Amino acid sequence: MAEAARRVQSGPPKRIGVRGWVYAGRYGLDRYLYILQRASGLGLILYLFLHIYETGIRLRGEAAWSATMALFRTPVFVVFEFILFAGFVFHALNGLRLIFAELGWLLGPPTRPVYPYRTSIRRHRPWVYALMVLTGLFVALAAWDIFVLLD
Amino acid sequence: MAERAHGAVETGIVTVTVRVSRFHPETDRSSGQQDYLVPAGPGMTVLDALVYIKEHLDGSLAYRSSCRMGICGSCGMFISGLPRLACQTQIRALGPVVTVEPLPNYPVVRDVVPDLEPMVTHHTAVRPFIVRGGEEQEYPTAEYLQTPVELDAYLQFAYCIKCGICLSACPTLATDPAFAGPQALAQVYRYSADSRDDGRRARLGAVDIAHGIWRCHLAGACTEACPKGVDPALAIQLLKRLIVADVLGIGRRRGPAPVAPPDMQAQRRPDIPAAPPATVPGGSGAQKNQP
Ligand code: SF4
Ligand code: FES
Repeated sequence: MAEAARRVQSGPPKRIGVRGWVYAGRYGLDRYLYILQRASGLGLILYLFLHIYETGIRLRGEAAWSATMALFRTPVFVVFEFILFAGFVFHALNGLRLIFAELGWLLGPPTRPVYPYRTSIRRHRPWVYALMVLTGLFVALAAWDIFVLLD
Repeated sequence: MAERAHGAVETGIVTVTVRVSRFHPETDRSSGQQDYLVPAGPGMTVLDALVYIKEHLDGSLAYRSSCRMGICGSCGMFISGLPRLACQTQIRALGPVVTVEPLPNYPVVRDVVPDLEPMVTHHTAVRPFIVRGGEEQEYPTAEYLQTPVELDAYLQFAYCIKCGICLSACPTLATDPAFAGPQALAQVYRYSADSRDDGRRARLGAVDIAHGIWRCHLAGACTEACPKGVDPALAIQLLKRLIVADVLGIGRRRGPAPVAPPDMQAQRRPDIPAAPPATVPGGSGAQKNQP
């Protein structure tokens, strides 16, 4: 087909755009984990910059540093710290799972597509549940440590 | 999928509202929606409903289909929130209102007809055929030998019907049009894992790039959506393993499968009927099949 003819025929591209990865709609669990992995990754990068800035405050002397530390002991920042830790645990554990899966492990071998199909994503599901249990465990421990033990 | 588990025996006719996305390239700027009331009998598919609409309600509706049995890959549409084949989707399992939109991540030709060009471009770019160096590629003398185990290494991925549904499901493609997409990447693995192939190096080099395979972060949506059980996500992960092993220089690397040895001049047993005459006179098959 001639290039000109094609341009007349096709309408505007229906690319989903950013909504395509922030909204998983009716897709399965792995698609939601994909969003969480990205969101937590971006959050951790943002935190890295804040962290560098925050430790830099020490250069401005003892008083400034103490004031900042006091600020971090206020409830808002304690909750923030907890969310940060939860994001870190999830990103680390899910990242490990992804490294294994992306190297072809934990997915099972190719099978003949006989209906009803058994996909690698389904075979992999137990590992996803294990990841979630482990993440939940660490986050619960962190909650106990941060909210109960600290004060 | 819960919808498939719908076990009750369907009887009678129910009225289903089919909400179809409409777009005419010459008169419309963006797509609108139109509702049609379709009487749905037992076993009616979404494609059947579109046929009904075109025949009885609105002749201007455009859709694409051919085989109506899930083998040609023409009728991929975004149906009630998921990309699926219209001819393989039971309309009554989707509730009283069914939405039909064109596949996302493609330009729209008209109404619910997508332009599959992006998929075809990537597909053809990855050399989706068996590559052999030398004479054998152009002037084959005999078949290549392959064991059943070697066959199973790629057979699942050879069932792809190029419907393009996986590209609509892919969240990476939603933002990165240069990404090769699950269909093409699965075909890279399909041919690279084929023991008869010798074109792996070039093929892997073509996807081991910035917008290539490493943009996949295993969202699993392509596998979930694939109507043929091809499991493109698995193919892509196995391909990553292949590339990593190649770069590190580990893993078994065998040469491509050998060509079958020449005919051993065996005698046909009298109880086995003679083969039909060769379709290509004088071809290699002709010599072999002669009694
Ligand atoms: S891999 Fe599946 S969804 Fe993708 S084009 Fe092939 S058959 Fe369609
Ligand atoms: S019409 Fe051929 S796959 Fe649906």
